[in-house]
Amino acid sequence: MNDAATTTKPTTIPIAGADIEILDRGSGAPILFLQSSQGITAAEAFLGLLAKNRRVIAPSHPGFGRSTLPDWLDSVEDIAHIYLELMDRLNLNNLDLVGCSIGGWIAADMATKAPERLKHLVLVGPVGVKTGPIDKLDVPDIFAMPQDKLNALIYHDPKKSAPDFKTLPEPELQTFVRNRETLALIGWEPYMHNPKLKHRLHRVNVPALLARGASDGLVSADYLASYAALLPKARTVTVAHAGHVPHIEQPDKFAAMVLDFLAA
Amino acid sequence: MRAWQFSENAYPYLPPAEEYESIRINLPNRNYDPAKGAALYDRYIDEWLVAEDEGLEIMLNEHHQTATCVDPAAPIVLGALARLSKKARLLILGNPVANRNQPIRVAEEMALIDILSKGRLECGFVRGVPYEVLPANSNPTRMNERQWEAIDLIVKAWTHHDGPFSHEGRFFHHRTVNIWPRPFQQPHPPVWISTTTPSGAQRVGTRGYVQATFLTGFEQTREIYSRYRKGWAEAGRGNDVPVNRLAYAAMVYVAKSEKDAHAGADKLLWYMRANKVPFHLCYPPGYMPVPAQMQVLRGAALDQHAAMKDKMVVEKAIEAGIMFAGTPDQVYRQIKKHYEFVGGYGHLLIMGQAGFLEHDETVEGIKTFAREVYPRLKDQFPNTAISGAGQLAVAG
Repeated sequence: MNDAATTTKPTTIPIAGADIEILDRGSGAPILFLQSSQGITAAEAFLGLLAKNRRVIAPSHPGFGRSTLPDWLDSVEDIAHIYLELMDRLNLNNLDLVGCSIGGWIAADMATKAPERLKHLVLVGPVGVKTGPIDKLDVPDIFAMPQDKLNALIYHDPKKSAPDFKTLPEPELQTFVRNRETLALIGWEPYMHNPKLKHRLHRVNVPALLARGASDGLVSADYLASYAALLPKARTVTVAHAGHVPHIEQPDKFAAMVLDFLAA
Repeated sequence: MRAWQFSENAYPYLPPAEEYESIRINLPNRNYDPAKGAALYDRYIDEWLVAEDEGLEIMLNEHHQTATCVDPAAPIVLGALARLSKKARLLILGNPVANRNQPIRVAEEMALIDILSKGRLECGFVRGVPYEVLPANSNPTRMNERQWEAIDLIVKAWTHHDGPFSHEGRFFHHRTVNIWPRPFQQPHPPVWISTTTPSGAQRVGTRGYVQATFLTGFEQTREIYSRYRKGWAEAGRGNDVPVNRLAYAAMVYVAKSEKDAHAGADKLLWYMRANKVPFHLCYPPGYMPVPAQMQVLRGAALDQHAAMKDKMVVEKAIEAGIMFAGTPDQVYRQIKKHYEFVGGYGHLLIMGQAGFLEHDETVEGIKTFAREVYPRLKDQFPNTAISGAGQLAVAG
């Protein structure tokens, strides 16, 4: 059992050639939290809020943060399999699974593979499916736009929330670069989706909440609605004053939204 | 020394640069007039043939979705040159194999060109500049790994003559490989690889392929060649690297008078001046190692950009060793100085046409180089020389 009020050092678990860095905090019924490419630090406000009443297990995906990236790995499905193994190792069943952005895609994929092991699924600004027309990217091309334009799509308030590369501490800058690189590895082509996923989501027969920030410029309201329609028991919700990463910009609202849904 | 006439087949008739964001990737092709483009191709091919007549070899390359180099399928132009030329060696530098899905198709194209030219192909492979990954939709991560798997597979396809073999590698899969035709040259056409990094050069050195580097000046070129020699020696090839394993590409313009030479050379700087590409298209994730990418985000790229901009005048470019321009005597001395500083190389890749350097000017530059400079280079820097002979600190 960990103390929710203090930050704890991450542990590392080796799985299939990847050393997975994990934050494990709080006590109670476990939540597996899968991060967005913005990364996660032990001091993250929303983590502390979730860990007040629940045990929160938050891994860094292979190639993200300080988790290593084995040569064989190059897809979201590969990461999903690693996390299913992580669930076995930590004996996690009847689990509440929460994923943001790329973490939402990984969570959705895991849910299609082992729906029976989940209690609830929360996807925040998730990518992973293609629902729109053939001649338009569902998700704007984050690898082909200036950083300030991208920040305006990610953040409700870029001035307050976007990282400043000039002053960002070295380890965080390294995480930013590694995360972006691994994001390209797994999300370059097909761009930010797996064409198969939408034909598998019918298996996710658990209550699901699909959320997005009201100012999210990457995951549109239409996209989220189409995504939710692919799941048997999903509903959508919008988080005010947040962009693509409500867990970072609105930690209180985010934590309350998640905990309320999981308690219902 | 062997000299190669290189042209990028640019399309220079563009609106003012202030009116577009980038000359690459997103400049609408309504700016390309097909009739003007066709006339340019006639002209550029003629210039290569003039170079051949003057005793130079021919080099071409490939880029995509850009006005700087309107040759998105270099093997096709090479096929035309294979029939139009008679004696020049034909260097493609090169095939961007990390961006192509079928290495075997590349092996077939190259073998066919070798047949068409009766054994005049010199086959280069390049990783490709960062702005190529969007047009190719090619994943910018793990490009080196893909490139080397592809090169090894292509060489195997060229040299395997006993019926099909299969390849189930990390990145490429072929169930039956048995190419027809096989290359004219035995065991296979010479292989060239371009890299501008020391670690890349070392890897090329271990394979013994020809290493080409572009516009890397004095210090950087010396480091690249030194690392090539290190790789060469480590692979057990001995300490002597023949100069014909190393190539250097520079902007070159020669004229009878310094004034005319510098006027022509100034037009060559279009190569650099016209390359307007926004920051965000220059640094795709994974293209550079993490520490280098971190430096870019901290602002190093802007410093490099500023340094490059400083070199965009003829005198500075000459000083930096990325341009050889002037009278025949001056150019000979500039090349000699560079050659001796970096340890020697066997191939000079001449970026001898760019932008608005007109046909007559281009031809004049080729002829003056070929007649007034090239004989001295061949005489003073024989192909049998050993690169770095004066530089090897440790023998054995």
